[in-house]
Amino acid sequence: MTKPISVASKTKQIVKKHGNSKSAMIAVLQDIQEAFNYLPKEALKTAAKAMNVPMSRVYEAATFYTAFSLKPRGKHIVKICKGTACHVRGASILQDRFETTLGIKPGQTTTDGKFSLETVNCVGACALGPVVVIDTDYHGQLTVNKVDKIIKKINEEGA
Amino acid sequence: MNENSDIQAHEILDNLTLFYGPKKKFVAICAGTGCRASGSLKVKEALEAELKKQNMNDVDVLATGCLGFCEKGPMVVIHPDKYFYQHVKVEDVPEIVSKTVANGEVISRLVYRHPETKKTLYREDDLPFYKKQHRIVFGQNGMLDPSKIEAYFNINGYQALAKALSEMTPDQVISEVKKAGLRGRGGGGFHAAVKWEGVRRAHGDPKYVIANGDEGDPGAYMDRSLMEGNPHSVIEGMIIGAYAVGSNQGYIYVRNEYPLAVEHLTIAIAAARENGLLGKNILGTDFSFDIHINKGAGAFVCGESSALFASIEGRAGEPRAKYVHAVEKGLYDKPTVLNNVETWANVPLIINKGADWYASIGTEGSKGTKIFSLVGKINNTGLIEVPMGTTLYEIIYDMGGGIPNGRKFKAVQTGGPSGGCIPESLLDIPVDFDKLYEVGSMMGSGGMIVMDDTSCMVDVARYFLEFLKEESCGKCVPCREGIRRMSDILEDICAGRGKEGDIELLETMGAAIADGSLCALGGSAPNPVLSTIRYFREEYETHIKEHRCPAGVCKALITYSIDAEKCTGCGVCVKVCATQAITGEKKKAHVIDKDKCTRCGACIQSCKFDAINVK
Repeated sequence: MTKPISVASKTKQIVKKHGNSKSAMIAVLQDIQEAFNYLPKEALKTAAKAMNVPMSRVYEAATFYTAFSLKPRGKHIVKICKGTACHVRGASILQDRFETTLGIKPGQTTTDGKFSLETVNCVGACALGPVVVIDTDYHGQLTVNKVDKIIKKINEEGA
Repeated sequence: MNENSDIQAHEILDNLTLFYGPKKKFVAICAGTGCRASGSLKVKEALEAELKKQNMNDVDVLATGCLGFCEKGPMVVIHPDKYFYQHVKVEDVPEIVSKTVANGEVISRLVYRHPETKKTLYREDDLPFYKKQHRIVFGQNGMLDPSKIEAYFNINGYQALAKALSEMTPDQVISEVKKAGLRGRGGGGFHAAVKWEGVRRAHGDPKYVIANGDEGDPGAYMDRSLMEGNPHSVIEGMIIGAYAVGSNQGYIYVRNEYPLAVEHLTIAIAAARENGLLGKNILGTDFSFDIHINKGAGAFVCGESSALFASIEGRAGEPRAKYVHAVEKGLYDKPTVLNNVETWANVPLIINKGADWYASIGTEGSKGTKIFSLVGKINNTGLIEVPMGTTLYEIIYDMGGGIPNGRKFKAVQTGGPSGGCIPESLLDIPVDFDKLYEVGSMMGSGGMIVMDDTSCMVDVARYFLEFLKEESCGKCVPCREGIRRMSDILEDICAGRGKEGDIELLETMGAAIADGSLCALGGSAPNPVLSTIRYFREEYETHIKEHRCPAGVCKALITYSIDAEKCTGCGVCVKVCATQAITGEKKKAHVIDKDKCTRCGACIQSCKFDAINVK
């Protein structure tokens, strides 16, 4: 078995891949998040050093963009599309249901670490509205009645 | 410039094109994001396996980009006859191959039926959704596999680039685009050639060319579908633009939410480099240009030019005041052309077919076509491309097929969070940049969200202001604080706490925010509120004075009850109710406990007898 790579050395690799350049900040943060599922503090510190910028610059970018999370996220990410087309077709009803079923609000993660709930402005699949994207699967024309079934199915698959 | 370059560019391209051979009989299956979500990739695999099984190796399967009619996905078009099949499942595949592909026989259960005349329509072009469209940009999607550059060569891809490089000077390219009257498709409608001219003349080196693919307007996805479905058209447009303004470095800024677009653009850029269409000495000339992809990270304001530059530079996407324009000082303070994805995709057409041809389409002030996403409460949802000047009525009723479930049209929202809601009385207006602006909305990137009588206009305004409140970058006070206050007032009105004078206050604040904000986000933020007040004032008044939401949307102002005559006591609603608010014996009318009911709508969605009343 190979030794798990440390946060710091993985981060250094990522920064190096982007040429240690501070203009690649967003891409670096995206890669860090992809590697760890969120932005660990240690990674941000390492990245700041490697790119030769103050930590405040990294923190500014990390907190400005909604795609970044400073907290660990769940194994499955539920993204509820809140685009206008989805809104007029009942996205908020779906959001209520996911909140009730999972017992969390957008931006939170279930205590078992299985699900994170997020809202997104528009996933660009408006014809299928209301749409919910779970990990990489698009669930189009979703109704409240299907919400519990989908969650149950994911839970069973993961078990 | 290299003296031999004139002949070279065409020759080199011809060699590339010839290499890939002629067209064949093929089956196009839509593999845009919408159809993928409906399972089109499985159908594609089944088609390939079945063609092999039935020994039809001369027939290609094309996994194309979005074909537009997303409502009917997964959809398959069989060429050369262009038979159109909708909602195709894996089980249908053997029959499609043995009957239609092999013998040209049509399978009636898969064809489109006109909803009113009930007539079956076999061919794509016969469908009312497509019939009145003019798909000069978007129509190419159906003819190519976006992951193969040879497919783009087959439809005369990169011919415009060869022509520009070998037969035209940069100034000639600019004057051709100017003559064509191409205006920016991203929102403002600024003349593309004016920007290009500005950058060409500006002092500063290097110069940059950027495609704005940060399609932030919720409800608009044409740029996504172009980047996914025909990435080379965007790239070709950018190379021509770069040649015209004298730039060697370009960027495509793509939304974080569009992974497939990034994938297809990455493949396309690599293929263009391999074929000498990007990189050093393009098509044998001494012109060099390359493109880098930047992914956004979920910030609506990054669609604004100066915020987008900040984001590419690796900073928070905060706009700056534009005393100096981007054409002088844009990305890294260098002269920069920023055009929207759809604008770039129009450029090769103009160069290939000429400015006169292009300018013959459209209206006096708005030339060419525009792609709109027709979504919301409409029968035929999808992407349509129409000549500028087509009326809203034609779009919504002829192509869109009207409102579903026999409901009544109420408004169409255009221009995203910067736009407004247009009422029924204005459906006859021809859609172009100037007309939409006149009626208090705007073109934006082309989202058209149709609303029926179950959509509440106050709620729609509240929705947009909540959106903008979250997305305001926070740099300038009128936008940050003003939008927040307007949002609070709208929240109050929807929650039954509206007061006399709220409407007037919203109007006053709206004017102040529009005047005082730094960038277009704040400048146009009041539009959704002001336009709904302008056309639907009585709906606001009903909320404030009567504490009633006529559309049945605002939760605090409505109650649910069960129509005892319609209820069969089937018990489905009891099962779906998350708060156990519904009780009743089997086969007898049920009742809703109003105190427990959260008005979540689950029972309405599940009731087959239309027995839930909302008042």
